[in-house]
Amino acid sequence: MAELKDKKHKVAEHAVAEVSKDRHPAESEKRWAETTLAHTLEKAPERPIGAATGVNLDEHGEARYTTISGKPIRRLYTPADLPEDWSYEKYLGYPGEPPFTRGIHATGYRGKLWTMRQFSGFASPEETNERYKFLLAQGGGGLSVAFDLPTLMGYDSDHAMSEGEVGKCGVAIDSLEDMEILFNGIDLEKTTVSMTINSPASVLWAMYLVVAEKQGANWKKVSGTIQNDILKEYIAQKEYIYPPAPSMRLVIDTFEFGSLFTPRFNTISISGYHIREAGSTSLQELAFTVYDGVEYVEWARRRGLDVDEFGPRLSFFFNSHNDFFEEIAKFRAARKIWYRLMKDRFGAKEARTRLMRFHTQTAGVSLTAQQPMNNIARVAIQALAAVMGGTQSLHTDSYDEALALPTAEAVQIALRTQQIVAYESGVAQTIDPLAGSYFVERMTLDMENGAFDYFDKLDAMGGMVKAIEKGYPQKEIAEASYQFQRATEAKEKITVGSNDFVVEEQSPSILYIDETVARHQSEKLKSLRGRRDNKEVRRRLDALKKAAAQEPTAGTNGKISPANTMPFIIDAVRAYATVGEICSALREVYGTYEENAFA
Amino acid sequence: MATEQKIRVLVAKPGLDGHDRGAKVIARALRDAGMEVIYTGLRQTPEMIVNAALQEDVDVIGLSILSGAHNAIVPRVVDLLKQNKMDDVLLLVGGIIPDQDVEGLKKSGVSGIFQPGTPMDDIVQFIREHVKPRGVAA
Repeated sequence: MAELKDKKHKVAEHAVAEVSKDRHPAESEKRWAETTLAHTLEKAPERPIGAATGVNLDEHGEARYTTISGKPIRRLYTPADLPEDWSYEKYLGYPGEPPFTRGIHATGYRGKLWTMRQFSGFASPEETNERYKFLLAQGGGGLSVAFDLPTLMGYDSDHAMSEGEVGKCGVAIDSLEDMEILFNGIDLEKTTVSMTINSPASVLWAMYLVVAEKQGANWKKVSGTIQNDILKEYIAQKEYIYPPAPSMRLVIDTFEFGSLFTPRFNTISISGYHIREAGSTSLQELAFTVYDGVEYVEWARRRGLDVDEFGPRLSFFFNSHNDFFEEIAKFRAARKIWYRLMKDRFGAKEARTRLMRFHTQTAGVSLTAQQPMNNIARVAIQALAAVMGGTQSLHTDSYDEALALPTAEAVQIALRTQQIVAYESGVAQTIDPLAGSYFVERMTLDMENGAFDYFDKLDAMGGMVKAIEKGYPQKEIAEASYQFQRATEAKEKITVGSNDFVVEEQSPSILYIDETVARHQSEKLKSLRGRRDNKEVRRRLDALKKAAAQEPTAGTNGKISPANTMPFIIDAVRAYATVGEICSALREVYGTYEENAFA
Repeated sequence: MATEQKIRVLVAKPGLDGHDRGAKVIARALRDAGMEVIYTGLRQTPEMIVNAALQEDVDVIGLSILSGAHNAIVPRVVDLLKQNKMDDVLLLVGGIIPDQDVEGLKKSGVSGIFQPGTPMDDIVQFIREHVKPRGVAA
């Protein structure tokens, strides 16, 4: 009994000592710790959430609390957690003004709600076109195209590598003809469209612009986003075709083309989403993504582009995971970090170059195949975090996405979740409502400082392309993902319905895509190749190869570089060259990339 | 050699999908459980996978498939294993496999299918219980 009392006393001692460690608590807080807190801890020790092992224990063997990323958090945050020189003006500022911690609009969501943009695409362009019309009719504000794996990898539907994959993870697009079907009856001057396409981004973007033109739309007015973020492909999602250097060249070609011809189109969406899905922590997602942004700016400047010309068209894309406050801190820190980098590192002069706009998607990886309806609650929490973090647009995942591509019913609930956050919860009425929270401000600062620590490491490696070649971000992510999996299996981290609160259940009905899509696409390709002028296609592909083989130089007199690949790709697309043919032409020039597989 | 031979496992990512989080986590878990693990890397055709399995003389092949291409890929791996008289190799599939496909894949020759949320320990146990003793007669 004496021993037990002794142990309890030690708990309180640690706790009281912790209050002053690396902090500057007021006398009142110290008094609170020594009396009220110590008394409570002696009566009732804290209990970890999840098994009392591993990540849930501190160095004294007492309960420890961590975010989903494994970052320890305190039981209480007070003014003692903010820097001693903390002031509102110095650290926060006002929305719409530097450093944009509180958001990029002076009126928050009052002037314009975030765009509710549901990522969608499956089977054939005909079927996806119907789903788009359904989404727009339900009040979705924009579209977001999910392509199937053959399209993402630059193969036509009838290529041997495409077997079994056509239309499974997204919509199959082989040629301009498919793109025309995909957007049939959808006004591309009025609808903003985001396209998740990376290695073949310039090809699909060219198809999009040609369809818009055929509809009579003005390129200067067309707005939307291509993901076009090849760096995160090497880091996380692994849908790459060519080696890093020529891939970066293709990206910079789109920046240059876009600044001149499509001033309202975001030519890149620098994405942390996939980095997080691959198992990174929240901080790694933030740091690697923003540093990818740094790498793109460095490469564009080397081409001779002016940061204030292309900078405003850089957009970002983050994940919103379950750990509510950690995510909000990440979003707030992201804007501030980008502002600092653009201003100090790159000398951007224009205000719109210095502000970060981002899209958010709820965390697919957090969804469980077990008791899938529970995912609706997870998505609601994640959506709320994204909105409290000030996102410009949002995709909410459907509850059945751990099982298959979503059904129309599941998609509708996901969209309704956003609408409930927007129209019922009241959170969109006031700007950055969590500002000034000691906890949120401390977390935001930790995110910012942690990201700059990563930037120092990445700078020392010679930039992101070099770091990728060393496998550095890949290994950091793999380690974090393994640690989380271990914590989950030890029940140190609880996933409701999956490793705790488990029940027997029946399998739900899901969207099932069979091989008829592959046959349908292959027949269309055969017919197209029979109808089009194949000599002309060949000629335009050869012209593209010639341009691609040249080293691009900076454009002059308001013109783009003569070797910029975009105009040549657009020419090829107009002649109905397919995605596979155009990517093959570029493969011949650039070769393909194989990563050093490690596990 | 008095020590017991380590179980040799080929972890493979067939198809075009690059989502390798699961494959890597499993590879590491099996290695931590004392097995010899060879990871193929991405975008392996059935031919490449069976060749690697043959060359590495593995006891187990674990395929990680999330893209929905399992019905096209898995039967081809099974056929190639039969052609190469490697029927004794334990074939496992992990990833997003709809319930309605599980029975068919098992009938075709897959020993174990592990859907999302399967604990790593369950997979380790399954391999230990089902792996066929190797090279006893040889």
